Amino acid sequence: MNSREKILAAIAINKPAFQPMPDVVVDIKYDYSVLVPQFLNILQINGATAVWVENVQTIKDDLQKNIAGGHYTINTTEVLGIVNEEININSNPAFLDPVEIAYISGTLGIAENGAIWLEESKMRNRLLPFICQHLVIVLDVTKIVADMHEAYKRITLGNEGYGVFVAGPSKTADIEQSLVVGAHGARSLKVYLLS
Amino acid sequence: MEHNKRNHSALSAIFNEDEKRVDWHDETLWFVRSKRDRAVHNVPEWEQLREYGSEIKNHTLSNLDQYLIEFEKKARSNGIHIHWAEDAKEHNEIISEIIRNNQVKHVVKSKSMLTEECDLNSYLTSQGIEVIDTDLGEYIVQLRKEHPSHIVLPAIHLKREDVSNTFHSHLHTEKGNNNPQYLAEAARQHMRRKFIFSELAITGVNFAVAETGGFVVCTNEGNADMGAHAAGIHIACMGIEKIIPKAEHLGVFLRLLTRSATGQPITVYSSHFHKPRNGQQMHVVIVDNGRTRQLGRPDFRNSLKCIRCGACFNTCPVYRRSGGHSYHSAVAGPIGAILNPNINMQENADLPFASTLCGSCSNVCPVKIDIHDQLWKWRQALTKKGHVSSGKRLGMKMMSFVVSYPSIYRVAGRTGRWIMRYFPSLLANKTINSWYKQREMPVPPRQSFRTWYFKNKK
Repeated sequence: MNSREKILAAIAINKPAFQPMPDVVVDIKYDYSVLVPQFLNILQINGATAVWVENVQTIKDDLQKNIAGGHYTINTTEVLGIVNEEININSNPAFLDPVEIAYISGTLGIAENGAIWLEESKMRNRLLPFICQHLVIVLDVTKIVADMHEAYKRITLGNEGYGVFVAGPSKTADIEQSLVVGAHGARSLKVYLLS
Repeated sequence: MEHNKRNHSALSAIFNEDEKRVDWHDETLWFVRSKRDRAVHNVPEWEQLREYGSEIKNHTLSNLDQYLIEFEKKARSNGIHIHWAEDAKEHNEIISEIIRNNQVKHVVKSKSMLTEECDLNSYLTSQGIEVIDTDLGEYIVQLRKEHPSHIVLPAIHLKREDVSNTFHSHLHTEKGNNNPQYLAEAARQHMRRKFIFSELAITGVNFAVAETGGFVVCTNEGNADMGAHAAGIHIACMGIEKIIPKAEHLGVFLRLLTRSATGQPITVYSSHFHKPRNGQQMHVVIVDNGRTRQLGRPDFRNSLKCIRCGACFNTCPVYRRSGGHSYHSAVAGPIGAILNPNINMQENADLPFASTLCGSCSNVCPVKIDIHDQLWKWRQALTKKGHVSSGKRLGMKMMSFVVSYPSIYRVAGRTGRWIMRYFPSLLANKTINSWYKQREMPVPPRQSFRTWYFKNKK
């Protein structure tokens, strides 16, 4: 018997009597009218900057300002204009290393914890949201849901090879529980909520 | 004697030598516990979530073989290679073989308590392979040739000056610069080169989803992702109990995990891996290492529900005052004290006694493991198997004899009060009476409660 068969056989003998799977129905009394302010608020608590804009031009101006300022800026979202095609699925880490600012579209945001779902197809390269020094996420305001349960109803896991909830800038408290922002991933997170 | 060195109370005595540090450790972990409470009180449906977390895990354990088979099938169709390891040795060999087959020299590893349990680092280092722990806390303890003292906060036993000294000798940071921001930045700069040039990344697994054949890894630092997305090969290691049936169950567990661990509503990154990226190899190693044995113990199988949040550590009055290294195991704290006797009964027989049985661990556990009941049950099981010291066994027998006979109990009480009154030095002797080590004995009462009661009952 190989290890796989041994492990499965041991489980079959040792497992407890069958217990049914619960139907997860969480009773939540969320006030949907306050979801967006709550989402913005929790993002700030998480150490991100969150801005609600009426017009996409505000974000485009911000992008142009960063480029003009000499910052190596990558745009992956068509809403903001020309996409930097030079970054793609095959870009190697050393090539991505100098990226200062990356603009990526989020798929949905969660009001309870400020997490934003990023899909592989939107980020062009899985490493980009982590290796860039500063991450900017653009999210449609209609894509805010109340909680994790709602979020998983709208995401089909496995359709894409990779997806991540991002809930702030990279951080650590491993030295004496002192909060340090900018551990290994992006040093800052800015979220543009677009009406 | 060797056994004595690995004994919880002997190792706690070492930790307790620096009283100020013990106070700091105690208060800091209690602060984390308070943050957990605040986060939990913000979720009105918390108890309902705990119940779901517990029921989903109970269900999963009762159908574990089927879910592992389902996971394997889906993951393979996603392009992930699946390996099965019966024990720590096979786990290490599988990883080593993947490394050799691909002629890899540099490995980065994010936090995985399983690889600690299997002592993977020593194994790979002995084969000439460089492994860097990329979680900041784990990196600090790795440089110091120590082990994590907490599953979520690996370097919680250290002060900033310790980290500064360690980084000064290894990363050439300024001597005496204890600023956490400065020290973390030095690690970031150093690690970035390691990420970019690493060929293979090892990560743990927080949850593996049977339905979708993918797995979730949670970090705040982003180190698991930096490693996994930069390297050409990603190996994720999981115990068999990491399986959950459905994607929607992640909603329950991700809501419970980080609130219980640090009081955050969610970790900064919750990464869902389903397929290797273009040109990448992705492997998952599924490990037993005694877990199927624990599954067969009705009194203790519940411990396999653990999601490794560390809440039971932070709340435990014994852990906070004895430090993680006193548990001489990869997983310390109350949960470690019920998991480790299964791995090695002889070596870990002291751990279930490292508790006051106050029950706080069970109260904060997000998946409702009856931790303190299991500690108590392990004590009985270990005593029956002869794994406790003869002194403790004799003491327990005497105690049982005395409390079984009321007349003997009354004589013993009178004798005790008489000795306390006339020979206090005998009790104050720390060699004879270890209770006196950290405390003063109270003034002995004149009479027993029983005598007082009979006198005053009118």
